[in-house]
Amino acid sequence: MSQLTHEIRETARGLLRDGKVQVVIGYECGSLPLRSRPCFIRKEKDVEQLVWNSFCEPSLPRYLPKRKGSVAIIAKGCDSRALVELIKENQITREHLTILGVPCEGMVDRRRIESDIGHEPIINVEEKGGNLIVRTSNSEKTLTRKEYLYDHCMVCTHPVPVVYDVLLGQPQGLKGSNDTFSDVEDFSSLSPEKRWAFLEHEVQKCIRCYACRNACPMCYCPECFVDASRPQWVGKSTELSDTMIFHLVRAFHLAGRCVGCGACEQACPMGVDIRKLNRKLQKDVTDLFHYESGCSLEEITPLATFRTDDPEPCMVEP
Amino acid sequence: MSKGETKLLQKERLEDFLKNLLNDFDVFGPVKKGDLLFFDRIKLVDDIVLSKRNTVNSGKDALFPQSEKLFAYRHGEKTIEISSPSLHRKNRVLFAIRPCDARGLLLLDNVFGGSLKDPYYCDKREKAVIIAMACDKPDPKCFCHAVGGGPCSAEGSDLLFLDLGDQYLVRAESSKGKTLLKNKVFQRMNKAARAKADRIEKEAEQSMNNGALKQARIGKDLEKRLETLFEDSIWDDIAESCIGCGICTYLCPTCHCFDIQDEAGQTTGERIRIWDSCQFPLFTQQASGINPRPSARERFRQRIMHKFCYLPQNVNLSGCVGCGRCVTECPVNLDIREVIQKISAREDT
Repeated sequence: MSQLTHEIRETARGLLRDGKVQVVIGYECGSLPLRSRPCFIRKEKDVEQLVWNSFCEPSLPRYLPKRKGSVAIIAKGCDSRALVELIKENQITREHLTILGVPCEGMVDRRRIESDIGHEPIINVEEKGGNLIVRTSNSEKTLTRKEYLYDHCMVCTHPVPVVYDVLLGQPQGLKGSNDTFSDVEDFSSLSPEKRWAFLEHEVQKCIRCYACRNACPMCYCPECFVDASRPQWVGKSTELSDTMIFHLVRAFHLAGRCVGCGACEQACPMGVDIRKLNRKLQKDVTDLFHYESGCSLEEITPLATFRTDDPEPCMVEP
Repeated sequence: MSKGETKLLQKERLEDFLKNLLNDFDVFGPVKKGDLLFFDRIKLVDDIVLSKRNTVNSGKDALFPQSEKLFAYRHGEKTIEISSPSLHRKNRVLFAIRPCDARGLLLLDNVFGGSLKDPYYCDKREKAVIIAMACDKPDPKCFCHAVGGGPCSAEGSDLLFLDLGDQYLVRAESSKGKTLLKNKVFQRMNKAARAKADRIEKEAEQSMNNGALKQARIGKDLEKRLETLFEDSIWDDIAESCIGCGICTYLCPTCHCFDIQDEAGQTTGERIRIWDSCQFPLFTQQASGINPRPSARERFRQRIMHKFCYLPQNVNLSGCVGCGRCVTECPVNLDIREVIQKISAREDT
């Protein structure tokens, strides 16, 4: 058992024992190799379920809006940023929340491992030092953990939570990347035709299961615009025009709010590059409004304010 | 493997066989796109990727596409013209579909080809040839054997392939399969191959990890259990982590619920059929504003009830073929095997 797992369990035990919270939302081992999953611990005796490893990918803050009672939640850097935005958008009450911050060294892209291992099903995976030992029925491969991190983890600027009540583990030495948005710049340098072709190629894979939206901590609208039926704003088919509208509008709705946690892409079963649009808007918000989402509880969000000197690069002089 | 006319196919002759198929049919099979394996239309033999793992989507998409035009219309001032989509397509082959997915088609047959025939499905289905690839190394996420199937089951297939290493054992399970087996690429069966096939098949069955489902007693016991637990609080616990997306239903080889939409323009329009999911709130949203399944608890329960209680009771077929897609693809790894196990173990309240 890792030291962090031990600390998480003991902290959860204390909080439940002292009646400080009714539930601790954390991660437990999943039913498959490469998977950990959300769990809801209400009794002291159940804290042994809690774990911390390279597969704690699902976003937990998405379980908070509308939840009643006092809650403790495990938060990675990105999760803590989602919490900040949710608090600022009045979706959760800070006083009811105990944030157990966990410094995060990045989560592992399970699909990339499966793809690289090849055709044999993976039977079991063990984490040892900086390595992952992946076993199939007839082979054993040692992979370097760092080489299999999710793309969004590679550009993570805040591996250490920005807000917390208790900080677990060892945050020393964990430094965020200096995200230069080079991926967005590369994309922006393509011709409009090529950029559109890329988006078409990606969006064509979409089956409209809405896992991206439902996994996203910032998508909490009581009724999503694609679900509205009176009037119905968007066609329901998987024609490109319909799916494209969903992804474009969702990206706009997340401008200045997306915390880059990658929950959307992790959830997508079809391998759609959903982050491309979100990253572009993230960069625009950074460049135009000098705002990095989820980093400060005080700073007003760009969508909630208006200044006469706001930049308007979209305006064309007559 | 059940009995049927059996032949052998050397692996180096597979390409010839597939080329013949591509000449005569629209072929669907496993293809790689990016890092992922999908079941999709194949244009070239080289597109086919034969993996021990199953595809992300199931073979149902080839016969029951997510979005399908039912008819189109055009109206003038006093006239209206209705055109149906063309029903005479090339025949289809679903190649290297897994036994679980082939078995899933039997449920779709019951829904769309029962007493009321759906012409759109039946047209494709009647002409389709199902060539299954037995699972000689079942994935640990799979549980076909626990729901009445098996890694080498031929249910729902016209031809069944079993990988023997350097060659395939190929068995015809229907007249369509027998016709294909007449192809000269196939060779006569021999005793050594038969013995090897028996051994591989036995090992495959034994290897299936049924730990999670050993005590579950899927069948009549589970049906009764589910009926008594309809209002039980167990559903609150089970559905707590569910995020309410449609992955489990859309990727499921047996889920078949759909919505009908009219896409109307000024003078032209189309009526389309699209997949729908019981996991979406809109699925049961009523015009009055009431939603009888207001939360994940009721929606998740419906999925389990439909698969393990209503379908077995109504049409005597399991609504789950144990492909394991909902287990692997669920963003929060909400495992249907564990759900069944919890329900079976639930004491009366």
